[in-house]
Amino acid sequence: MPTVADLFAQLSYGPAPESAAPALDWIAAHNGRFGHFIDGAWTAPAQLVPVVNPATARPLAEVSLGGEAEIDAAVRAARRALPGWQALTDHARARFLYALARGVQRHSRLFAVLESLNNGKPIRESRDVDIPLVARHFAYHAGWAQLLEREFRDWRPVGVVGQIIPWNFPLLMLAWKVAPALAAGCTVVLKPAEFTPLSALLFAEIAGRAGLPPGVLNVVTGDGSTGSLLVRHPEVAKIAFTGSTEVGRQIREATAGSGKRLSLELGGKSPFIVFADADLDGVVEGIVDAIWFNQGQVCCAGSRLLVQESIAERLEAKIRARMETLRIGDPLDKAIDIGAIVSPVQLEKIRALCERGVQEGATCWQPSWAVPTEGYWFPPTLFTNVAPAATIAQVEIFGPVLVLLPFRTPDEAVALANNTPYGLAASIWTEDVSTALDLASRVKAGTVWINCTNQFDAASGFGGYRESGFGREGGREGMFEYLRPRWEDEPPPAPLGAAGRGARRASAPTLPPIDRTPKLFVGGRQVRPDSGYSRPVFGPDGTLIGEVGDGNRKDIRNAVEAAHAAAGWGSATPSNRSQVVSYVAENLATRADEFSARIVQQTGVSAAEARREVELAIERLFRAAAWADKYGGAVQATPLRGLVVAVHEPVGVIGIVCPVERPLLALVSLIAPAIALGNRVVVVPSERHPLSATDLYQVIETSDVPAGVVNIVTGSTDALAAVLAAHDDVESVWYHAAGDRASVERLAAGNLKRLWVVTRPRDWIAHGEGEEFLREAVQVKNIWVPAGA
Amino acid sequence: MTTIARPAPATRIAPTPFDLAEIERVRVNRSAVERRAASLPGRRTVKNEWQAAWLLRAITCLDLTTLAGDDTPGTVRRLCAKARQPVRHDLLAALGVGGLGIRVAAVCVYPNLVPIAVEALAGSAVSVAAVAAGFPAGQTSLRTKVDEVLDAVAHGAGEIDIVISRAHVLTGKWRALYDEVCELKQAAGDARLKVILAAGELGTLTNVARASVTVLQAGADFLKTSTGKEQVNATLPIGLVMVRAIREHFERTGQRVGFKAAGGIRTAKAALDWLILMKEELGDAWLTAERFRIGASGLLSDIERQLSHSVTGRYSAAHSHPMV
Repeated sequence: MPTVADLFAQLSYGPAPESAAPALDWIAAHNGRFGHFIDGAWTAPAQLVPVVNPATARPLAEVSLGGEAEIDAAVRAARRALPGWQALTDHARARFLYALARGVQRHSRLFAVLESLNNGKPIRESRDVDIPLVARHFAYHAGWAQLLEREFRDWRPVGVVGQIIPWNFPLLMLAWKVAPALAAGCTVVLKPAEFTPLSALLFAEIAGRAGLPPGVLNVVTGDGSTGSLLVRHPEVAKIAFTGSTEVGRQIREATAGSGKRLSLELGGKSPFIVFADADLDGVVEGIVDAIWFNQGQVCCAGSRLLVQESIAERLEAKIRARMETLRIGDPLDKAIDIGAIVSPVQLEKIRALCERGVQEGATCWQPSWAVPTEGYWFPPTLFTNVAPAATIAQVEIFGPVLVLLPFRTPDEAVALANNTPYGLAASIWTEDVSTALDLASRVKAGTVWINCTNQFDAASGFGGYRESGFGREGGREGMFEYLRPRWEDEPPPAPLGAAGRGARRASAPTLPPIDRTPKLFVGGRQVRPDSGYSRPVFGPDGTLIGEVGDGNRKDIRNAVEAAHAAAGWGSATPSNRSQVVSYVAENLATRADEFSARIVQQTGVSAAEARREVELAIERLFRAAAWADKYGGAVQATPLRGLVVAVHEPVGVIGIVCPVERPLLALVSLIAPAIALGNRVVVVPSERHPLSATDLYQVIETSDVPAGVVNIVTGSTDALAAVLAAHDDVESVWYHAAGDRASVERLAAGNLKRLWVVTRPRDWIAHGEGEEFLREAVQVKNIWVPAGA
Repeated sequence: MTTIARPAPATRIAPTPFDLAEIERVRVNRSAVERRAASLPGRRTVKNEWQAAWLLRAITCLDLTTLAGDDTPGTVRRLCAKARQPVRHDLLAALGVGGLGIRVAAVCVYPNLVPIAVEALAGSAVSVAAVAAGFPAGQTSLRTKVDEVLDAVAHGAGEIDIVISRAHVLTGKWRALYDEVCELKQAAGDARLKVILAAGELGTLTNVARASVTVLQAGADFLKTSTGKEQVNATLPIGLVMVRAIREHFERTGQRVGFKAAGGIRTAKAALDWLILMKEELGDAWLTAERFRIGASGLLSDIERQLSHSVTGRYSAAHSHPMV
């Protein structure tokens, strides 16, 4: 032991360990062996696998490997619990969520220590960041539980939810999943990560103690195979997954066609953008929070440092100096900045990518100090001389590794920032508010932090653009992930009767009618189909009433390109978009008779019914035009001093696949909100009744809709839907036909595009508008702007 | 075993030319500064023997201060006695540091009391510091300020704590601020010049940073946060902004300017936070009285009580330790 006199001379940091004893006692009270938590009780431990402390590489406990029987038992328990849980009043469910929040708070230190023991993260983080955010998440969602009926009147809980969470924030990810699900009235089967199941088991115990009814929350431990069983279980209505993009893609494919809803929060390679006029010392601390928080094992880690060239050298020197003062070691030491890497597998992955970086010519820099020898450790690492094409600049490393890329202008910063398949988060550092907000709007990311980073709050939804997944966790936007439209509970609408079948044959004209050739509508022009073929269109009595182009993959390709070329529509002013959509309505109204007749001709409904459809289509356009400048977003009530703004951004290019029925109304109900909110669409109209769509392009042409905003490709619904689903430059597909949803969902896994698939027949008269449509037409970007003169 | 050397004659910091561009280039993001300042005490802590050692170090960096209208020769002599022997002998012996000659860095008084303090501290290693330049408001003419500094030095003050004219900062007259400090520096001669920014009256952290850069250019030996008389005194965010300016100055000129936190520091925990701030932001070269001071009076009692706890394991009462 050094003497006080020696220490007086050195003034070094000594050990400051948080005791592991209470957490180890808790494990010991379970004899070090855990079963699953199913239907409010522990199963007997079986099929045991070790859980390891990554800081020592020694086992902490053993947990059970869940198999088919356990998953099935858990899902059935959740299913049984569902009616009772939903029968509770909002207030009763709110009380349970409140109790969970308080339970986490009462046992906060035990949770923090257990989390650090199991995951290797510094106790400072588990104690000061993870656990307080967990409690906050439950408290916040106690609020939504209380407000459910009032705020989500047209919605119902989706049912039994399967949730699969990662190892990087074990309890926080549990909270992000469980809290909104319970608040929405769902019941849950949760599969924690293979490496880090312990805090979820403690949570289950505390939830049981809080009196949560049996079966409402079930925890089944296990590995990927366990998760896969959960994903495939037929009684699960929704899967919520956080983890790697690779596994997310597998889940997308595995659930294709099952009718399961899906939300995915996946990987990232988030940019951290520094302008020359930033507070560079603040930037350095931001970098510490961005990439050395949780050993860089953070999906939204600011792992790509984009620095304006004029200050790159200075900033690099500051970063290196700061890296020297980081302290790595025992996660339970209160004065440690960097803990252990979660597992040998992860450590090896980080090592291999860093080696690759060096091989590809980048310069690797690490601080002079050594890492501990026992356990799994990796030092903070900075790569310079990195080309955007380098592997380490493209691939998510999920470790404490930062790559520095210089830029010259704001435009180049945006280009570099968006040069990734991901879009989870971005951090922007400048003291110039105009630059900051400009970049914030142009960067593709679900969360943008200005002059800060890795800020989280339950009130601000978190989730990605592009291959970072879809769905949001937190905020009002996050609640929809666990809700479905109430109309789905209604019986399907009766099929429309064909009236006056064959009764409207015109008498023989003196002159033959002028032949009309409905074409495809692409990039504002009427074009012939690439195939050179046409498809016949028959009336209800089977007579040929026209021929439309038989669109193929090239027509879709051209349409998508035209839609991208019309990107300016997304930045047109909302009032301009509103005016244009209203103008479409105006011009449709002047041709109402013709459109009514066309509906009758195609479907055989009565003239009155057809007229009603046209009138409603006009109203839908007015409704969408009304929303164009009234759905901009919201201010989120987070603890941040400043503003957290949820901006509703257009999704981008949306493929819209229309149902057979209601050839005009369904088409307009889908197109109108999409374009009113700034999207461009590639529409596959009703396969059987496409002539309303080919008539409509003449209205669109005369209504100031910019070329490429609406593109119409007639043809085989499922053939064209498959092309749209597989197209990597289409951001979302709305599939409302009754055909092959499985293919669409499977093919969409390619770029993990958002999907809105409704194959259940819809009453387009009663349920063809509203928040269900609007929220699909936007993606939420939460921008954090701290204030402080 | 380490002993404390008498403070060497202050390392002279040389002024550098006035550089307006450097001053105006300064950018400070308040939220980022506050986040760092808030997280720092959670990121670092010292326990047990380490804590005792750090608290002893804090004592050696203390400017034991009395700046009240009712100060008398008697109260100043009492303060000086405490400065020579800041901790009970028995506690120091129990900690095994009896031979280190633990005493505070300086006693800080008004100029008229300098002769009393000089006499009371004769033969000790404790310096005498005088506040000057129209302390605390700084609202006197430059000529008067110069005279005050000359007078304090003539009476034997080894250190002069001057206040700046806040108006120069608030109206952006950086050149005037630079000139003022240069002139007072010259008047101080061999005495160590500590320059009080009165940061709590400068309105923004950006102003604190710009004032720091200007005063550093003018050759201050120390930057000091506050007089102790402002509404807001030594806060960690203010300190963080100032020490970062000191670091930049060192990187540019190679000169290590000191830092003094003063005003409102009353607890041993707060003293440790300041030491941690210095160690993390400036490094070990800034952890001695040569480059780090805490200006306080009541703080010493709390440190003594903590040291007593280190020795006995029991919480100590204030009346168990000799008062100032």
